[in-house]
Formats: sequence, C-alpha cells, structure tokens
Amino acid sequence: MSTYLPTDNPPDEPSRLVDDFVPTLIDVGAHHLCPGCGEPIAMRCVMEAIDERELTARSVAVFGIGCYTAFSNNLDIEVLQALHGRAPSLATGVKRSKPSTIVVTIQGDGDMVSEGLQEVLHAAARGENITCIMLNNGVFGETGGHMTATTVLGQRTKTSLEGRDAALHGRPILLSSLLAQIDGTAFVARGAVNSAGNVARTKKLLLRALTAQEQNAGFSFVEILTMCPTGWFIETEEAPDYLNDNLAAVHEPGVLKDVLGQ
Amino acid sequence: MSDKETVTTRGTLVIDVDACKGCNLCIDACPPGVLVMTDIEVNSRGYRYPQLLAGCTGCKACSQICPDFVFQVYKYDTPQEHTS
Repeated sequence: MSTYLPTDNPPDEPSRLVDDFVPTLIDVGAHHLCPGCGEPIAMRCVMEAIDERELTARSVAVFGIGCYTAFSNNLDIEVLQALHGRAPSLATGVKRSKPSTIVVTIQGDGDMVSEGLQEVLHAAARGENITCIMLNNGVFGETGGHMTATTVLGQRTKTSLEGRDAALHGRPILLSSLLAQIDGTAFVARGAVNSAGNVARTKKLLLRALTAQEQNAGFSFVEILTMCPTGWFIETEEAPDYLNDNLAAVHEPGVLKDVLGQ
Repeated sequence: MSDKETVTTRGTLVIDVDACKGCNLCIDACPPGVLVMTDIEVNSRGYRYPQLLAGCTGCKACSQICPDFVFQVYKYDTPQEHTS
C-alpha cells in the first residue's frame, strides 16, 4: 500500500521554492479553459520569458481573439485587445509610436492564419520589429472547434468529422515555413508544449525571439503547438501523443530561421 | 517485492487540489513517476486530483506542464529519506 506525502502546506524542513503556482506576471491562475488545454502552458512560457529578461515594465502584449483571450485580464503587463487577426497591425502602431516598447502579439491559428493572414504576412514583409506568437492547435476552440487553415490532413474537427480531406477542404498552411522565406523576418521558430522538455525548449525559442526584438533585428515569430483535447475529440492524457503524431508531423518543431545565429 | 524500501526525496510539492481539472498531464510528465491520480476521491469541483509519493526530485516538470497552475515546487536543502 503506497503512502502519500502531505501536500497541503510548504515543507517544514529547510527548502527553497523552485517554481510557484503561477509565474509572477500572471495575477490570477484560475481560468475557464478546458481540462488539458495547452494554451495556459504556453502563456506561462511567454510570461516567464518576459520576466526572465526583465522586460515587464516596457512590454505590451496585443491579444487576438480566442480561448487564450481569457488571460488578457489576468496579466501584469499592459495588454491591448485587437480585432480578429489584426494584432500584428495594432502591434505595428504601438512599436512605431514608441520604439522602446517590447511588443508581443498572442494569437491563435484561427485568428492569425484563417482570419488575419495578410496582417502577419505584411508585418513580416515590412520587417516590423515586433514578436508574434501563434498558439497552433488546428481548431477554432473558442467558437466551437471547427477547422482552421492550419488543421492537418486527417485531423477531426467539428467541421471535418471524418478528418480533413485535401480534395474537400484544401491543404494546411504552414505559416512558419512561409514566414521564414520572407526577407523581413529575423527569427522564425516552432515549439510545442506537449511535454516538459518541449516546454523548456519553447521557452528558449521565446527568449531568442525577444532578443531579436531587443536588438532591432526585424520581425520575430514563434509558433507554439498546443493541445486541444476537446476540439480533437480525445482524452486529455492522449493529447500530447496526438500532437506529436499528427500536428508536429506536419508542423515540425525547430528553428526555421535565425539571422542573429549562425 | 521487499516489505520496506528507502526512497530518497529531493523535492516536494504543495498541490492546490481545488484548482485541478483532472487532466492527467502531470502524471505522464513526472520523470520519477511519483504522482498518482486519486481513484474515487474528487475535489470540490468534482475532478480527480494528483497525490504525491516519496521520491520527488523537484524537477518542475509537473508545474511547467500543468494548465491549471496546481503545483508549487520546493527543493530540500538536504535530501530526505522516506520508507515506502
């Protein structure tokens, strides 16, 4: 018979805190997102990266519309709310009017690729010195879980119940790969939050993107693959493997472009 | 199996049971496998929640993967010995 240890209070023995419930930049941890959602994990990564670089006082986050917008009231940095897909344009305005600001957009795949693809492409082509972050789960989670432009072939969503079919629904747009080909981009990378190792790797990518912006290198972009077990019609514990076998097989994680690196 | 085994515990957790939504992500993420979901007990919202066995290393995998910010992670200054 296993004995469980008490976990109601901090230990009495000498010890040090290595990770708190929520990072310092998230005021309220409670949210209404579904069990097993990857977006709060990604939000934690972004906020920890900003905190680690001590950019809190001069950071502005521009939010798109999606489930993650729940965090727009909970953050300890300035937040602007953009219309669907229009966050890169709003971020452009903020950055141009006050260049010392660190501007980060938080958008989903539905928001950025289905609704506002031209905004991000033009911001990248202009080489705007902002960081765009896309949380990619292949579904419009907030509005019921229908298919987006990044949904991979075979993926089941509310509007592709038999799986996305190329003949019927077209093929997914691989936004990171597209952005990496544009001259104005300084850093383009794709991470995932389906394991603790990938979370750590994603945080390093975010730190690199913030460095690119701090050094005025140009447009930086980090795509983060997140779990949506509700939209994928699977159990929460199956979602990390599903992400790995389906989404990550098409949207391959890694650094696609880094002009500051080698 | 021997009756009693000594397990070295380098870290420990505070678990905010009522914040948990029972998604199980921490169970698979825990490298030493010391988190176990409850069988029938549920929290105030009706979700099963994780419990901690001896052997935690304080690696932060659970707190980094948890979507609901349930874990606070401590590392002991000197590792503790537990019998299980």
